[in-house]
Amino acid sequence: MDAEKRASVYRPSPQDTIIEVTDMTFSRGSRKIFDGVSLRIPKGKVTAIMGPSGTGKTTLLKLIGGQLLPDSGEIRLEGQNIPGLSRRELFVVRERMGMLFQSGALFTDMNVFDNVAFPIRVHTQLPEDMIRDIVLMKLNAVGLRGAVKLMPSELSGGMARRVALARAIALDPDIVMYDEPFTGQDPIAMGVLVNLIKRLNEALGHSSIIVSHDIQETLSIADYIYLLSDGKVIAEGTPEELRQVESEKVRQFVEGLPDGPVPFHYPAPDYVEQLMSTGETR
Amino acid sequence: MIDRIQRLGHKTLSKLAAFGRSGQILLQSVVARPAPLMMLPLLIKQIYFVGVLSLVIIVVSGAFIGMVLGLQGYTILVDYGSEQAVGQMVALSLLRELAPVVTALLFAGRAGSALTAEIGLMKATEQLASLEMIGVDPLRRIIAPRLYAGFICMPLLSMIFAVVGIWGAAVVAIDWLGIYSGAYWANMQQSVDFWNDVVNGLIKAVVFGFVVTWIAVYQGYDCIPTSEGISQATTRTVVYSSLAVLGLDFILTALMFGDF
Ligand SMILES: Nc1ncnc2c1ncn2[C@@H]1O[C@H](COP(=O)(O)OP(=O)(O)OP(=O)(O)O)[C@@H](O)[C@H]1O
Ligand SMILES: [Mg+2]
Repeated sequence: MDAEKRASVYRPSPQDTIIEVTDMTFSRGSRKIFDGVSLRIPKGKVTAIMGPSGTGKTTLLKLIGGQLLPDSGEIRLEGQNIPGLSRRELFVVRERMGMLFQSGALFTDMNVFDNVAFPIRVHTQLPEDMIRDIVLMKLNAVGLRGAVKLMPSELSGGMARRVALARAIALDPDIVMYDEPFTGQDPIAMGVLVNLIKRLNEALGHSSIIVSHDIQETLSIADYIYLLSDGKVIAEGTPEELRQVESEKVRQFVEGLPDGPVPFHYPAPDYVEQLMSTGETR
Repeated sequence: MIDRIQRLGHKTLSKLAAFGRSGQILLQSVVARPAPLMMLPLLIKQIYFVGVLSLVIIVVSGAFIGMVLGLQGYTILVDYGSEQAVGQMVALSLLRELAPVVTALLFAGRAGSALTAEIGLMKATEQLASLEMIGVDPLRRIIAPRLYAGFICMPLLSMIFAVVGIWGAAVVAIDWLGIYSGAYWANMQQSVDFWNDVVNGLIKAVVFGFVVTWIAVYQGYDCIPTSEGISQATTRTVVYSSLAVLGLDFILTALMFGDF
């Protein structure tokens, strides 16, 4: 009761914010992906970004990482405006970030061990035997210590993603962004990963951002959740709050209902009309 | 009409923009902040991929082109009774023209296309993006060693091509056609000038190596990250490099050997 009450009034405050996005717009071609989005990523907490496929969750992570530039608005990491940084400053800032890409993005010319060791070798001068211990520890945490010698092409999709996760956390970064960490994992691995992310967050105090479609898993570890749709934040709050929100849009998403105000389809002309009309498909 | 002018303008602008981007890539990866210690192992690996693995095709082509030159040269020169000059003819045509140009064309097909495809695939699989997120500049880590490897390997390959070619012609002319070997080599020695022929040929090879590698690397880095985009970029690498090599060859030849 006490915990729930405390949780239900929680709002990320300016003091404990690590990343602050203010009034950010971003378009791809003529399509507005973000239209004045503002949100705060609290420090040392697990923040989840959820929303229908194609709303721009991956895009948001890339904007935070400085790989894409917003059309307007600010993305501040502890006061530094990321879009305003020079190329060199950006690379310094990124040393504090770890990112698990939706596709894994392992380096295909290195084996699993070297992939996980890569960030450590690049950014530290640690002796090789220490690197070895760290890498084995990280791989053990994702259950793949036995796979050190395999090449990325020899891994299954789920395994590759777990290796990528180990690489993302290899340097114990301040901010870890997980783009769909649970996709393609069996129930056992999923449970382990959920615990791992929570544990890392608690033990090392780093701030995590999780993008995921696995509602129950995400709600179980997130401290705060942003629900994106149509280029806007349509709901935010703690898991308890989101479960209680009345809004139909949010209900539909949290409960995973196919019908409702959140469109399942990418914007398209009327279905029947299009089927009946001749030609003009493209 | 206006529409056409507009399209032309648009095309020109996008070509100019692409040229600007490629220049930026070149500057940022080669000129800015070299890190020799980190580079060395990467560079050696790339020299292996770009240079050593191209050796077979270069040596085989060099040998055959030399042999053909020897044979053709002999049949033409024998009519004038000056078949001893075949050594001179072979050496000059190889050193001045054939070695740099043919090596560059083969290099574009063998190493250039591979570079483009590799970098393009890295882009498509987000490996470049994940390097960036790890805080490593892909221009320095991926692009720079490949560029340097290309610059270094192309002149070496061209020299090897010329040497093998001269040797191939010698086999045909001396061993098969029975030209006196002293005459073959002495003629060559007398007529080949170090600065005029050897160095000028090398300068060509350096320029071609630079251009071909630059095009290959830029096409890979700037490609549309899909299988279709990569295949188009690879094709463009081969076509653009070949055209650039042939065009530049004319300009360089005019500058070096033209009597103005
Ligand atoms: N390189 C690109 N060029 C043009 N449009 C793009 C590009 N990448 C993404 N988009 C568009 O941006 C929108 C947001 O894409 P994004 O990958 O961020 O979605 P997402 O929320 O991560 O979806 P998912 O849950 O399926 O991963 C999509 O509608 C997509 O069409
Ligand atoms: Mg995504």
